[in-house]
Amino acid sequence: MENILEIKDLHVSFDTYGGEVQAVRGVNLELKKGETLAIVGESGSGKSVTSKTIMRLLPKPAARIKSGEIWFNGKDLTKLSEKEMQKIRGSEISMIFQDPMTSLNPTMSIGKQIMEGLRKHQKLGKQEALQRAIELLDLVGIPNPEARVKQYPHQFSGGMRQRVVIAIALACNPKVLIADEPTTALDVTIQAQILDLMKDLQNKMQTSIILITHDLGVVANMAQRVAVMYGGKIVETGTVDEIFYRPKHPYTWGLLSSMPRLHSKTDELLAIPGTPPDLSNPPKGCPFAPRCPHAMKVCVEYMPDYTTLSETQKTACWLLDERAPKVEPPEIIAVGGAGK
Amino acid sequence: MTETAEREKLIEVKNLKKYFKVGKKAILKAVDDVSFHIYRGETFGLVGESGCGKSTTGRTIIRLYEATDGEVLFEGKNVHAKMSRKELKEFNKKMQMIFQDPYASLNPRMTVKDIIAEGIDIHGLAKSKKERDEKVYELLETVGLNKEHANRFPHEFSGGQRQRIGIARALAVDPDFIIADEPISALDVSIQAQVVNLLQKLQKERGLTYLFIAHDLSMVKHISDRVGVMYLGNMVEVAASDELYDNPLHPYTEALLSAIPVPDPNYERSRERIILKGDVPSPVNPPSGCRFRTRCPLATDICAQVAPKLREAREGHWVACHLYDDEYKHAFNK
Repeated sequence: MENILEIKDLHVSFDTYGGEVQAVRGVNLELKKGETLAIVGESGSGKSVTSKTIMRLLPKPAARIKSGEIWFNGKDLTKLSEKEMQKIRGSEISMIFQDPMTSLNPTMSIGKQIMEGLRKHQKLGKQEALQRAIELLDLVGIPNPEARVKQYPHQFSGGMRQRVVIAIALACNPKVLIADEPTTALDVTIQAQILDLMKDLQNKMQTSIILITHDLGVVANMAQRVAVMYGGKIVETGTVDEIFYRPKHPYTWGLLSSMPRLHSKTDELLAIPGTPPDLSNPPKGCPFAPRCPHAMKVCVEYMPDYTTLSETQKTACWLLDERAPKVEPPEIIAVGGAGK
Repeated sequence: MTETAEREKLIEVKNLKKYFKVGKKAILKAVDDVSFHIYRGETFGLVGESGCGKSTTGRTIIRLYEATDGEVLFEGKNVHAKMSRKELKEFNKKMQMIFQDPYASLNPRMTVKDIIAEGIDIHGLAKSKKERDEKVYELLETVGLNKEHANRFPHEFSGGQRQRIGIARALAVDPDFIIADEPISALDVSIQAQVVNLLQKLQKERGLTYLFIAHDLSMVKHISDRVGVMYLGNMVEVAASDELYDNPLHPYTEALLSAIPVPDPNYERSRERIILKGDVPSPVNPPSGCRFRTRCPLATDICAQVAPKLREAREGHWVACHLYDDEYKHAFNK
């Protein structure tokens, strides 16, 4: 399948009073047409910064792209002027944010907010845009769209607001949709509705989705491919089956086994000891080494290269080096079927 | 199950109601006629979506809110009865709370030592400054921090560490019962497991009883012995945690369980999900009869007319739904 978006060796840093914080440290990613790629990781792992860099929504002047390229449609997004970027943002690449309470403008009717992009990017007239806004509200499952289009965000519940946000994001038929924790602020029954809606719309519109989340359940439900981020780097990527059933990186093992299972009783969760690294002073070697139960001398000194395990799976871990001792994943993963 | 019948009930909540006034006339019935009990030494999980009244229930039990009606018995004594200052102090010592937000629940201007020792000071549990310090150091070790942390301020800690400080504070007065209100929701997955393991370890060592309030059902299942499911101010189902997850009786519990995405792609691909329509109605103006009926796939006329009562459908498994009531069962032709 062809790549619609390609990130090459991206480095992003924030300048703070405490010095430079290297939030993203050499990320390579590609997004294929029509797929859902999940980026998982803990807070501070760089997943949101990566997505905001694609949208060029990083705060200025604190953040800067140190190096790297983001290729979309034959253009390097990191080199575009703000004006050129505005043409892409919201029309070809759009974004859904985590908090539906703050991502809508409280002083504008939701109709107006949906129409904004349609009028600007697609140059629709007022009436056409309004018509399209009503269609979109209907598409995302908001009952009585003709009346609701005139209402304001506070008149909607959290789940309904997230539907509105999705309607805005999809208004111009984007090729790429970035969803940054789209359901984290929602209750589970509402989350199920929104995930269902996103899948349904993806089928209809053939949008490629980058899903950023820390919830591995959501990943298993939505994604075809997964990239696991830790300490500003991607430590493992693969198809969902590879990541969930044949993970090779100890951090992925840790993530999977620290989640409680709904279908079995375990006495104790396998917690990952310690805390994530401080990226203002990033570790020389593998960022996970200080928390890794299998860390060797080399891990602290040198960052491992990616080992290609299959056409789709790549893992950066010294354990995969032929000189390393054989280490078995924790039982819960080895048994196959996390969750069963 | 006969064993449980003999177990001591540490907490008994009877027909608890907590109403809030909103505006001039409207009344928000956050908790409406909720009854349950918690045995000594167990973990009782309380789950439900936002606005279902689970936090209000917790806060009313510990007397942060006055109950509108009903009573909470702790070791047989009414928590909401008029108490002298001395009695209240005695009660406060036995029941403690851990809050959701580790950023907002610690005073930023106090050192960790003073935060943890506040309870020790109030209850006069340390005779000298040295004893006070030692107690604090010991508590810090218990929760997996060390004594170098004692003189620091909350902002110097990560979310997981702050939650540990909150736990140490709760433990300082050596309570019997701890209410943990969403203690892990603000933490990262890998850190959540650390805190949950710590809570379980402490329970084993000190024989604590927990009320664990959360919306994350898989974590609640993991930590709880019994679980209560709330919906819009009502308790809809109470059962042992395995029983509840294996045989959910209430349609809401069933939908809630089915809504949780499981970290297993094959399972996710093959499962049929019950997707509830719409949102939780407003607790200011809840539906008549069964409050879940507006979203219930099985609702019939009777559900709008009569509110179902919580009854024991199987041994130790309580449910509030007409489906399991002999009187109304015939109305559902499944």
